[in-house]
Amino acid sequence: MIQIDHVTKRYGETTVVDDVCLSIPKGGVTSIIGANGAGKSTLLSIVSRLLPSDSGSVTVDGLDVATTPSGKLARRLAVLRQENHMSVRLTVRELVAFGRFPHSGGRLTSHDLDLVDEAIGYFELTDLADRHLDQLSGGQRQRAYVAMVLCQDTDYVLLDEPLNNLDMRHSVQMMRRLRRMADEFAKTVVLVVHDINFASCHSDTIVAMKNGKVIAQGDTAAMMSPDVLREVYDLDIDVHDLSGHRIGVYFS
Amino acid sequence: MESVECTDSTGGRPVRGGSPDRGRVRLWHIVTGGVLLVLSAFGSLFVGVAEVTPWGLLHADSAAVLVFLESRVPRLLAILLAGMGMSVAGLVMMHITRNRFVSPSTAGTTESASLGVLVATLFAGSEAVFVKMGVAVVFALAGTFLFLVILRRLTFSDMILAPLVGIMFGAVIGSVTTFFAYRADLLQTLATWTSGDFSGVLRGRYELLWLAGAVTLLGYLYADRFTVAGMGRSFSINLGVAYDRIVNTGLVLVAVITAVVVVTVGDIPFLGLIVPNLVTIVLGDNLRRILPVTALTGAFFVLICDVIGRLIRFPYEIPVATVVGVVGAGVFLALVLRNRNRTA
Amino acid sequence: MTTRTVQVTATHLPPASAGAFRDARRRERRTLAVLVVVAAAVLVGFCTIGLVGNWEYALGIRLRKVATMIVVGYAIACSSVIFQTVTGNRILTPGIMGFDALFVLIQTLIVFFSSGLALTAADPRLLFAGQVVTMVVFASALYRWLFGRRSRDLYVLVLAGVIFGTLFSSLSSLASRLINPNDFVVLQDTLFASFNQVDPGLLLLSVLLMPAMTAWAARLFARLDVVALGRDHAIGLGVDHSSVVNQALVAIAVLVSVSTALVGPITFLGLLVANLARQLTGTYRHRVLVPAAGLVSVIVLLGGQLVLEQVFSLNTALSVIINFAGGVYFIALLVRESRR
Repeated sequence: MIQIDHVTKRYGETTVVDDVCLSIPKGGVTSIIGANGAGKSTLLSIVSRLLPSDSGSVTVDGLDVATTPSGKLARRLAVLRQENHMSVRLTVRELVAFGRFPHSGGRLTSHDLDLVDEAIGYFELTDLADRHLDQLSGGQRQRAYVAMVLCQDTDYVLLDEPLNNLDMRHSVQMMRRLRRMADEFAKTVVLVVHDINFASCHSDTIVAMKNGKVIAQGDTAAMMSPDVLREVYDLDIDVHDLSGHRIGVYFS
Repeated sequence: MESVECTDSTGGRPVRGGSPDRGRVRLWHIVTGGVLLVLSAFGSLFVGVAEVTPWGLLHADSAAVLVFLESRVPRLLAILLAGMGMSVAGLVMMHITRNRFVSPSTAGTTESASLGVLVATLFAGSEAVFVKMGVAVVFALAGTFLFLVILRRLTFSDMILAPLVGIMFGAVIGSVTTFFAYRADLLQTLATWTSGDFSGVLRGRYELLWLAGAVTLLGYLYADRFTVAGMGRSFSINLGVAYDRIVNTGLVLVAVITAVVVVTVGDIPFLGLIVPNLVTIVLGDNLRRILPVTALTGAFFVLICDVIGRLIRFPYEIPVATVVGVVGAGVFLALVLRNRNRTA
Repeated sequence: MTTRTVQVTATHLPPASAGAFRDARRRERRTLAVLVVVAAAVLVGFCTIGLVGNWEYALGIRLRKVATMIVVGYAIACSSVIFQTVTGNRILTPGIMGFDALFVLIQTLIVFFSSGLALTAADPRLLFAGQVVTMVVFASALYRWLFGRRSRDLYVLVLAGVIFGTLFSSLSSLASRLINPNDFVVLQDTLFASFNQVDPGLLLLSVLLMPAMTAWAARLFARLDVVALGRDHAIGLGVDHSSVVNQALVAIAVLVSVSTALVGPITFLGLLVANLARQLTGTYRHRVLVPAAGLVSVIVLLGGQLVLEQVFSLNTALSVIINFAGGVYFIALLVRESRR
């Protein structure tokens, strides 16, 4: 379980994350939704210790992320941010193999190599495995990064906008794979997503943020209601039941 | 590779949108500046190893009068002319390249001029001053053109990238110069062009600077056209200004001033960069109005630095380039980091 | 931990990664071997070609030159590769960021402020140690000041670094003028890298220092590989980013001090050899990159000097030519980068 306790983050005068208390249950897929600037990415960065909070604490399975040795956390929690610029030229395989660093410290065992191959296969990157990242399309690159995170083989996987740069087909495939990671490998997947309908179709729990605060949290069916969504987005959104999913319609 | 984001909010525009009350140069600005300059200029005449006092001059102390006329007055004139010239050259350059950080010392112009002087010295001996100047002008022009060609190959015109390329370009030219100077055993001589120093100025050795003065004046006459050119090529053509001709005129002007200063007193680093920038920050940038202020400020600045150089290790003299180098690099650094904070 | 049983989709492929990584390692080893051979050949050539007259004496002088070049070349290469990794880009090196100018300034200022005291008479090695410690402190402070705000505008950093370099050398020349107003030569000596007049005591100290620094840096290599992915990935993968960066900065400051104290600043050598090594080996692994860059550096220095002396019979300082080539290369890098 991820326990967030009174976490606040300020940049100068603006409070980006405002006294957030939240617990994310172990297992399943949790989506964090909200408008631009609601503080979703910042919260995710604090949970994954990429950013120190100004006050409050975060624990993952009882381990305080601010004080636990980074290497120990890296075997329990993996994170992928939105921007992934790199100065080094790597092949897909080399990148994915970095996911094993927390376990093997740069010396790959045969077990590590097997996991690298599996992650590459799982994200259908086998044909691209020896290409350099800068030769790939944005969507392919995104898959490679998520493959690295999978290869890290942690209980918790935190992803900031994993659908960035992906077209419709790859977006759906990505969400299905993340769903399977939760279902088949009992991982806890936490995502920041923009598209409420992806969140609705693939997650168990939805957390809604606005102006740095968590304003609602609940299971997907309850959260996908016009009242909640109006509160989150300041927008009237009709919600329909379509082929077994709650779908928000806000285009007109 | 780190993808480099170059969202340049000031996008190729040296012009600051000044508030209405900024950017207005009033007469009293110029008058105050002028009075300050005259006072300090007068004072500077009596700073030096040989004792020269106004009292002595009035009593026709012949030794003092000699030092005064042969050394002190020429030195003062050289300082004023060089300071005005380089500052105005920098101002013109920043307008025609539309970049606040491009000046003769960040575009390879001074280094090219030095290379020209070296070539002239190698082939024409060390005495032919006019030959040296002519060759230096040609080299300065060619070097600056080459820099502009490189600049055009950059796909976006970035406020920061251009001076960076220019400084590196200058360093490359400088290494060519050093190479040949080293071969010809002229490193000591080379230092007299690359490091500005007024201590060697005597009557008969500085008069070429009047040419820089004349060209500076010409810059004033062209000021409005440079302003228009600074707004961009299509904008100028729309206003019926022959853009290319104005830019070329400006470059010739810059090259002549730079070459003359390099030949007579040596390079004064970053002078043409910091003075126009500081003036622009305070007064906005209508070229015609700020050009006289820039000229006065430049002269004043060089004068102060030279007097500091004369006093700091009295009776020895520290070359003005050393003093300006410290001040100039410091101010340039502050300008760059300030620019970052503004656009961040 | 969960038990992992991911079934590979479609046909079960043979474990491709084992083979791929084995091939990559083999390629790296081959490149390193070639570099070693070339470096050895250049070294032998440098020591023997054109050796006439009192050859024992001449050989002694050359060997000292060789030792200097190896130490300096390796120090610059190693510090540049690590610096590029820590700053996350390939156009920054300690030389370009004014680190060696900073060291010259520290040297000058120590002389400047100690001229009244008896410090100048102290053991030069002790003095050097003091300079290195000061350098570590100030280089780290400079780095933190420039990179601490997580600003992404690379060009501002580079330009600020370049101007810092100019400022440091202006201050050094001002200080040395103040110390000794009539002496142009003192200044000139610090401005040109020279492999001919090296202090033997300092050289010996440096030769001893090199293995220690290499061991210190080598501990970091695996983590530096991860740091090269960027701060967020590095932290995500469990690397204590700031600790690695701090230790790397200490190594960089010491290495820059050694090379600058021995021969003065050679601004662009690091940029050239670090990027050349990255291109030749095609790897991200510091275990390979650092030795490769060191070898390339030695080849460039020894080979360059050999060609200059024997083929063109030039006595020109090699650093001038390196700065010319490096400057052109740097401009080309800037132009290429801007087109992305």
